Amino acid sequence: MNGKEAALSPQELLEELTPRLRLFWATVRDVARRRSALLGGVMLLLTILTSFAFPLFYPVDPLAQDLSARFTPPAWEQKGSLAYPLGTDNLGRDVLARILYGSRVSLLVGFSAVLLAEGFGIVLGLLSGFYGGKVDNLIMRVADIFMAYPFMLLTISVIAVLGSSIFNLILVLGISDWTTYARTVRGSVLSIKEKEFVMAARAAGTRNLRIITRHILPNVISPLVVLGTLRVANIIIWESGLSFLGMGVPPPMPTWGRMLAEGRVYITEAWWLVTLPGLAIMLTILSINLLGDGLRDALDPRLRNIPP
Amino acid sequence: MGRYLLKRLWHTVYVVIGISMISFFFIHLSGDPVMLMLPADASVAQMEQLRQQLGLNDPLPVQYWRFATRAIRGDFGESLYYHIPALRLILERLPASLELAVAAMVVALGISVPIGIISAVRRGSALDMASMFAALFGLSMPHFWLGIMFILLFSVKLGWLPTSGRGSFAQLIMPALALGLSLMAMFARLTRSVMLEVLSLDYVRTARAKGLKERMVIGKHALKNALIPLVTVAGMQFGFLIGGTVIIETVFAWPGAGRLVVQAIFNRDYPLVQACVFILALIFVTINFLVDMLYVYLDPQISYQDEQ
Repeated sequence: MNGKEAALSPQELLEELTPRLRLFWATVRDVARRRSALLGGVMLLLTILTSFAFPLFYPVDPLAQDLSARFTPPAWEQKGSLAYPLGTDNLGRDVLARILYGSRVSLLVGFSAVLLAEGFGIVLGLLSGFYGGKVDNLIMRVADIFMAYPFMLLTISVIAVLGSSIFNLILVLGISDWTTYARTVRGSVLSIKEKEFVMAARAAGTRNLRIITRHILPNVISPLVVLGTLRVANIIIWESGLSFLGMGVPPPMPTWGRMLAEGRVYITEAWWLVTLPGLAIMLTILSINLLGDGLRDALDPRLRNIPP
Repeated sequence: MGRYLLKRLWHTVYVVIGISMISFFFIHLSGDPVMLMLPADASVAQMEQLRQQLGLNDPLPVQYWRFATRAIRGDFGESLYYHIPALRLILERLPASLELAVAAMVVALGISVPIGIISAVRRGSALDMASMFAALFGLSMPHFWLGIMFILLFSVKLGWLPTSGRGSFAQLIMPALALGLSLMAMFARLTRSVMLEVLSLDYVRTARAKGLKERMVIGKHALKNALIPLVTVAGMQFGFLIGGTVIIETVFAWPGAGRLVVQAIFNRDYPLVQACVFILALIFVTINFLVDMLYVYLDPQISYQDEQ
């Protein structure tokens, strides 16, 4: 980018940004008008806020053991105690603290893996769609191979080899999932690059990189927002599955999947150990799905005519 | 049609070559596969012996060539743990996985398609709302958690069904339902939206205008076209099920191929992992190919479009 293009006055910047902000705001309002989407958005926001802020109002160590209080049921049960609102596990650890802590892992892995996958997918999809020819052929063939691989098997086997850590989980889940985004972006680029405004930019001698980043990229983002949101839900389910198999984030860090795996051993004596972490996963996924459905209806005009 | 078939065959061949490469190379991701397969306290002599046994001292391309040429002959090496050919082990376990996948698919399609049709026809009715609400919950539940909840309810509390194992019909019910439920939710939503789209088309109005009975209009005219996307998605999902039964097999101690992979990983039996991953991916690709062919049969326009 040369200096002349980079230097925008505040006035110009504002003019540049205003229509986009207006569109963004219109979308937010459109989503919020759908009650279920609003509910999903609020639930997700609360989950995210809680996962950050819980140490402030519930400062309990999720790893602290109290062997005298093993298998305390949740407070509303007869033998429950208010000291442990959601009960304790086989080592007397506080279930509520562990669920709250586990939300961090799930949300972190879910959102980061999707961002990584989207990053890969956007770059490869833009290259594929914009340049076409051999580049396109190569990228799409590799995508075919990735898509032909059962996702769960790929992640399990690679994690087994690389070893499990938060970083590896994000990396593996992110890299395995780029194909959907790349294909979506490629499809959008193919139709957009024939539009007049791109032709005009080309005729004016604009460099490819600038055409891609300034003219094409902003126009392929909205389907990715919808796709990405819904994929976060999938990734969180996969992360909890890997954790359940013992291939997630290494112990002792509490994760929802590991809580389920550990609780399963005590299913006859402590129902809450297998029920509550699963409920936490379900509510999180539900909120993301509600929001994602709302976003899709708001951003994808093609689907607007189909009644909800 | 012939050209399309050839093109799809070629596609399948390079995808198979691609997955064979991934299956071969992933155990080299950690650097030294021998470190992965032997316990941490293994002696240098033991490591060297294993290296010799597996031919790991040769250059990688030579090793891959050996892997590929043997694989074509059905030789996937020997399991380090069981000391019998990997292929035999997998073939022994595969029927169990297939049985589970087929049962889940039958449950899912059998329940979701009628629900989806009724929801579309009676759009906005209480039944439509209730089933779509239930579908949203179904999509938000990790299937392995649902499996654990089934065990808690039907085995632990009510004592109706056995918790695990394979052999009787009673043992198949819970894993198949747990695996099928999220698919059911997906198919019900899909059937509903496709039916809504089809029902608004002109030819359906024509059929109605001719005075055909509503039953005929829906069952014969609308459903036939609505089936096309459903077949594709169901076919793809069936492929995913083959590799996706891993976790549910662990929950219900179901002796299938997925559980074999997980056990092989924990036994550090990587030649077996490699063989499993490749064969399961191969099955997945084959199913996708067959679904594609079915798709062409259902919608002849596809191959024509492709040729033009």
